[in-house]
Amino acid sequence: MVYKITRKNVLEAVNKEKRLDGRGLLEHRPIEVNFGVSNKAEGSVSVKFGKTEVVCGIKMGVQEPYTDHENEGTMTTSMELLPLSSPDFEYGAPSIGAVETARIIDRGIRESGFIEFEKLCIKDGEKVWSIFIDLAIINDDGNLIDAGALAAILALMSARFPEYDEKKEKIKFGEFTDKKLPLNADKMPLTTTFFKLGEKIFIDPTREEEEVTEGRLTIEVSKPEKEEMINAMQKGGEAVFSTEEVEKMVDESTKIFKKLNSLVNEELKKAKKEAKEK
Amino acid sequence: MAYTKRFDGRKIDELRETSAKIGVVPNADGSALFKQGDTIAIAAVYGPKILNPKHCQNPEKGVLRVHYNMLSFSVSERIRPGLSRRSQEISKVTEWALSPLVLLDELPGTVIDVHINILQANAGTRCAGINAAAMALAAAGVPMTEMISAVAVGKIDDKIVTDVTKEEEDYEDGEGATDIPVAFLSNSGKLTLLQLDGRIQAKRMKEALEAGKEACKKIFEIQKKALKEVE
Repeated sequence: MVYKITRKNVLEAVNKEKRLDGRGLLEHRPIEVNFGVSNKAEGSVSVKFGKTEVVCGIKMGVQEPYTDHENEGTMTTSMELLPLSSPDFEYGAPSIGAVETARIIDRGIRESGFIEFEKLCIKDGEKVWSIFIDLAIINDDGNLIDAGALAAILALMSARFPEYDEKKEKIKFGEFTDKKLPLNADKMPLTTTFFKLGEKIFIDPTREEEEVTEGRLTIEVSKPEKEEMINAMQKGGEAVFSTEEVEKMVDESTKIFKKLNSLVNEELKKAKKEAKEK
Repeated sequence: MAYTKRFDGRKIDELRETSAKIGVVPNADGSALFKQGDTIAIAAVYGPKILNPKHCQNPEKGVLRVHYNMLSFSVSERIRPGLSRRSQEISKVTEWALSPLVLLDELPGTVIDVHINILQANAGTRCAGINAAAMALAAAGVPMTEMISAVAVGKIDDKIVTDVTKEEEDYEDGEGATDIPVAFLSNSGKLTLLQLDGRIQAKRMKEALEAGKEACKKIFEIQKKALKEVE
């Protein structure tokens, strides 16, 4: 439920370019990363953006390839808005919000070339690996697209193949190899969603802020070589954007990419160090 | 090999043969067919009507509901009939594309149902659907501020092209294919639909948006002409 007073407060704050929690318009909440939160998964991570927490688990499967990509593995992304994470979520079939969010995250990963799908082929036309990227919301305080997208990337990077019995053509679940997934680290896509309220545009809203925004634009950026590339975009909500606004958001998204990129590298370094100490 | 000539011989900023027709579903309050090359979308509008069950009503404004559906035989490999994750998402983005131009504030307690069906698909189905739906809304006499026109621009290899076909969408050489469906309002020139998938240099987005805007102006003329032909 949105109270008019909330909208008024948020609007007044963003018009002064200072958010209710004191942040600037293009500033993230503190981001916290914890790997290995679920040990049966091939890879897992918890990502927090302030009070928002998303857990991502990677599971692997073996299946027949699709007829139009006979030598490529497959990937499925799904998101569950767990009723535990918010009084607004209910049990039942995935809501349109969950479906859309998962599809946006899926597109950025797929289109960037981050996963080398050919290397997931076990036997041409017969058996390929499938990657399941499952996102679960633990606590919803807004900006689930960006938090989910970051969790998916980090979980993929931490994942390892399970043992595979070639004779029985079955996975030995619970037994892990040291082999990481075939990822192109330099094609890693990172996601920023811009939200619009009145004439102002800002990122990483809390649930309170997000509820009163009029629209959003998600931009997924990678930097395979020297130049930033856009791999996916999605406008959501009823707001309209001018071409100038879109161009400005595209430009900002490349700057935010740099920040997120160094955050990811630092977290991976930290995780590696911790693993060694164990 | 670089993509220097389009598969169907069009200029890079040229639309496919486009036609539009009003009143294809006599039962509906407004309906339209929009054909863009081999892609055909039919849209029917029912409403504004009282929204039932009553608890779904919004006492402050009307509700616009879009149902996008691809007919199972509209593509080469049959698709399972019914709701898919893809069709749910397209329904939602189409709602967002259309809502800004409908004066929903003047229609509290009501619903406008927009049903879009794709009869034949060769890329750009959501755009054709939006074009048909906008015309159907106008034909139904729904109060609107302006019209909307949509087109899929794209980057095929290193060329920004207008109105992408399936064959172009599947282009894999060079820089590959990037698909960018956009919708522009007819008066204010603002965007109400923007999606992208593929890989495009951030610096070239401006060029792509310009191409989309120009193409939408042409589509708007076709929509307007069809609407005027109705007696």
